[in-house]
Amino acid sequence: MWSRRQSHLRRVACGVEELRCRRREQEAALRKARREQQLVSKRLLRESPEEAAGEGAAAVLGEAEIQQFLRLAQRGTDEKEREKALVSLRRGLQHLETQQTFIWMEGSMRILVGLLTCNRALLQLEAARCLHELSHSEQSAVAEACLPATSYLLIYLSGHSSDFIELCLYTLGNLIVESEAVRRHLLPQGIVPALASCIQSPHVAVLEAVGYTLSQLLQAKEAPEKIIPHILDSTLLQHMLQLMQPGPKLNPGVAVEFAWSLHYIICSQVNNALLITHGALSTLVLLLLDLAEVVQRTEDVGLELLACPVIRCLSNLLAEVATEDVGGQMELRDERIVAALFILLEFFLQKQPSLLPEGLWLLNNLTANSPTLCTSLLSLDLIEPLLQLLSLSNVVTVLDCIYVSLQVLTVLCNVAEKGPAYCQQLWPGPLLPCLLNTVALSDTDVVGQSLELLQLLFLYQPEAAQAFLQLSGLQALERHQEEVQLQDRVHAVQQTALHC
Amino acid sequence: MLLPTALRARVAGAPGAAEPLPVERNPEARAAPFRFVPRLVRFPREHEFFEDGDVQRHLYLQDVLTQVAEAPEKSRVPEFTCQVAGCCQVFAALEDYQHHYHMMHGNACSLCSRAFPSEHLLDTHILEWHDSLFQILAERQDMYQCLVEGCPEKFKTTQDRKDHMVRLHLYPADFRFDKPKTNRGPATPETVADLSTRTLADDGDAMEVCCEPTSLTPARVGERRTYNHRIPSTICFGQGALRGFKSTKKRNKHH
Repeated sequence: MWSRRQSHLRRVACGVEELRCRRREQEAALRKARREQQLVSKRLLRESPEEAAGEGAAAVLGEAEIQQFLRLAQRGTDEKEREKALVSLRRGLQHLETQQTFIWMEGSMRILVGLLTCNRALLQLEAARCLHELSHSEQSAVAEACLPATSYLLIYLSGHSSDFIELCLYTLGNLIVESEAVRRHLLPQGIVPALASCIQSPHVAVLEAVGYTLSQLLQAKEAPEKIIPHILDSTLLQHMLQLMQPGPKLNPGVAVEFAWSLHYIICSQVNNALLITHGALSTLVLLLLDLAEVVQRTEDVGLELLACPVIRCLSNLLAEVATEDVGGQMELRDERIVAALFILLEFFLQKQPSLLPEGLWLLNNLTANSPTLCTSLLSLDLIEPLLQLLSLSNVVTVLDCIYVSLQVLTVLCNVAEKGPAYCQQLWPGPLLPCLLNTVALSDTDVVGQSLELLQLLFLYQPEAAQAFLQLSGLQALERHQEEVQLQDRVHAVQQTALHC
Repeated sequence: MLLPTALRARVAGAPGAAEPLPVERNPEARAAPFRFVPRLVRFPREHEFFEDGDVQRHLYLQDVLTQVAEAPEKSRVPEFTCQVAGCCQVFAALEDYQHHYHMMHGNACSLCSRAFPSEHLLDTHILEWHDSLFQILAERQDMYQCLVEGCPEKFKTTQDRKDHMVRLHLYPADFRFDKPKTNRGPATPETVADLSTRTLADDGDAMEVCCEPTSLTPARVGERRTYNHRIPSTICFGQGALRGFKSTKKRNKHH
């Protein structure tokens, strides 16, 4: 599955610099779309038609030609000719103009649906490919015109031809993204039971397609009210979790799709307690551990695509678990989680530094209310690696750097606030010099969090205050004495240091 | 980031943790002006915190969908004929035959040779067409079950069922898998071949599902399919069970 990304890049015949430039443009477009909350738009999922046109690209078809191909496909006598007609139609449908002409012609969709449901298997397949082409259109009107076909696509999901099922799934996935009208039809038409049946397929490609379609369905803006409750009512959840179980049968491409699907379910906060009862926490923890092991073993590109949603799911689910329950969740008293997370943090640092904040968010949620895991941080010697994340300016953007520092300090506060036994392990050590560096920064939040940590440290480990004074800590604090948001705390820390 | 060397081994080791250090809080810790309290943080769907990861996810999807949209290369073989009795279709590519077999013979009724798009519809057909007990019961109670999987509703007639599917399940009014039966005689094995030579009329010949038989065929009581036309879904005609339709591109890659 990972080879897909490589082969896509291979298709494009241009230099490395041009590729990078295109990638940057793509990213910029996606970021803009996300800020406008338009990220689910299919326009962004398809590369531009000029790039898509390679060998075998056909010209735009006019009405007369479309009619001719349809007639031949529907009424031709030679089966091969009929198939070829549909192939020609499909090629023409790669162009927006042909798509538009097609959907505005009277009876064209009816004929295509007729071919989709006829008794010649290969004509069905070619008709489905034409529909797939239409579903991929940049224009929603074209996708919406495919509505008459959806009930049939759903029925075909319960068939046996895995290629065909896969095609139908991707077609449905595309239609789902583009049109709320389609989604409004798909639910009563039975998409949830159809997916629940498909998810039991032994074919990896089908499973990946199910995951894709499901993830698109779950991204719909009406998903929390209208879609997720149905999903949670079905057997889909159990199957999803099963497909995310680590082990020899775990397929990363499949797991990625279901991990993202699970993320959309969890962050919609519809019924996360149900997920916990179904063992989601346990599955996610095991998967995290597995990822940490795999990451060390292989040079596989793309594991961050799976690590990201797993971390998000775990972190958001942890926020659901009440303080008293934490002790009851055995998985959360396993120090391997913390070990695995740090291995992943290092992996992110190498491959995708922009994911560091997400990893640290999980670390916060793991340590906030857990004496066990705070102790693990100490006993596994992870404080020093954590402190290394405070000086990342050459790897991440300035904003990320500040945010990461803030998160690191918060985690350290989680540890320190648990009392003297914890602070005694935090210092002596490299913590104080690091804190002096952060206090010297100009970002108010970072300095504020440093002050909180200093105060906890001095309260529970008074000797640290002495060392602080010797390191010229007071002078380092002076520059913030006038800062409104920091004044009180600066003063308090200064006083504490002097009187310890 | 320099991680302790023992860390990697720890992940692979047994579950467990060191005994937690005793927690002992001093109320002064949370006294003003200090305000730190450990907090669980959750982020909702659209939060900007998720921006980077979401963008990466979509970049990945762009790659995948571009590949999905490409038609697969077919593996050409010398021409051969479908071996199922009565079917004389000829093929020159394994993928074509695979699809044909699954669609046309995968869910076929052994009693009348009609092909169905799914097991569910085949089972429904057998029940409604070939089970005389069903016919008897249908005279007295609502027996025609809604075709949408998971819907428990049953109806007196197929028309009622169809109305329900159109109204409630938003099925198209000209739904093609539930058309009234045209009067064909009892099907012979040659029927399949006959269909293949008939040209498509206005709507074409749909794969049939089920409907009220207009004439009661001399059905054998309680008989189900005499032999199983169903292929185990893992059979893949010699190309490995894990093939997807685009995996022909993967053939030269090592995994």
